[in-house]
Amino acid sequence: MAFTNEQLERYSRHIILKEIGPKGQKKLMQARVLIIGAGGLGAPAALYLAAAGVGTIGIADADVVDLSNLQRQVIHSTADIGRPKVESARDSMLAINPEIDVHTYYEYITSENISGIIRDYDFILDGTDNFPAKFLINDACVLEEKPFSHAGIIRFEGQLMTYVPGEGPCYRCVFKEPPPKDLVPTCREAGVIGAVAGVIGCLQAMEAVKYITGAGDLLTGRLLTYDALKMQFRTIRLPRDSHCAVCSGERTIHAPFDYELPSCDLKNR
Amino acid sequence: MAEYRITDTVDITDVVCPVTFVKAKVALEELEEGEILSVHMNDGEPVQNVPRSIKEEGHRVLKLIHNEDGTFDLIVQKA
Repeated sequence: MAFTNEQLERYSRHIILKEIGPKGQKKLMQARVLIIGAGGLGAPAALYLAAAGVGTIGIADADVVDLSNLQRQVIHSTADIGRPKVESARDSMLAINPEIDVHTYYEYITSENISGIIRDYDFILDGTDNFPAKFLINDACVLEEKPFSHAGIIRFEGQLMTYVPGEGPCYRCVFKEPPPKDLVPTCREAGVIGAVAGVIGCLQAMEAVKYITGAGDLLTGRLLTYDALKMQFRTIRLPRDSHCAVCSGERTIHAPFDYELPSCDLKNR
Repeated sequence: MAEYRITDTVDITDVVCPVTFVKAKVALEELEEGEILSVHMNDGEPVQNVPRSIKEEGHRVLKLIHNEDGTFDLIVQKA
């Protein structure tokens, strides 16, 4: 596959980099990344990955664009209110980079469909806003041996870590089980600064680019936390749990399953 | 008798900075270590910057040939 002059120009700032170069850009153009959630995290991640020339981007979300989304979900515009988020996101990505393929999944990701969807991708981004989805994505990715980027945001804070099969802990090694219902407020109840979603979503895109190109060190075995009020990033080293229910030899979870969503979340669906 | 054997040539007269260097870099990537690339470029900005950038990448510039038509051929050995 040779670059066209237009591609050389579009991706020149990548190709110039020693760590990316022509080989890295070709890897990006052949890569397949799935973004679950076209919300605060998925929006910036999808825009940057599309701009980077990731050849195939899948985007999954069952919601339509709501006025209250626009404070942080920068992939959608005011004119998109009422449209499926995946369609709005696809249009924005293709407007930046018509060279890429976008696959949309206008459905909830559940234990029924997740394995079949993630199987087609090289790297998965968790841009969801609830614990059941995060555990579902973790379990499915571990079982399908897919690397993924976990992230979460609330108020002025965010966190992320990267799972790569065989390297470092999975999300369940660290967090075991979703917290009891109503213990942790959702974004909707607690609020979140839009730019925090931008910071963390961009870091997820960065992890995807690094995984694909092989540049640098991933956040495997490390949780990165961001406190916007104190303007502090911290990384916490995390070991694998040799008793983990999904990624250890003592595995008790053999197939993805769904936790119940808190009732306040269900009401809004 | 040429003191080198050119493996491949690339024409960067149809692009502007920074794609000039990028196109040369991509062409070098296709070669094996020690093979030789001839880079056809315009006078001015390309001839000022591209040889320097290629040297910075560690490649060996063997020769810069001034053509009569306002273009240059840069002969580079891949490192």
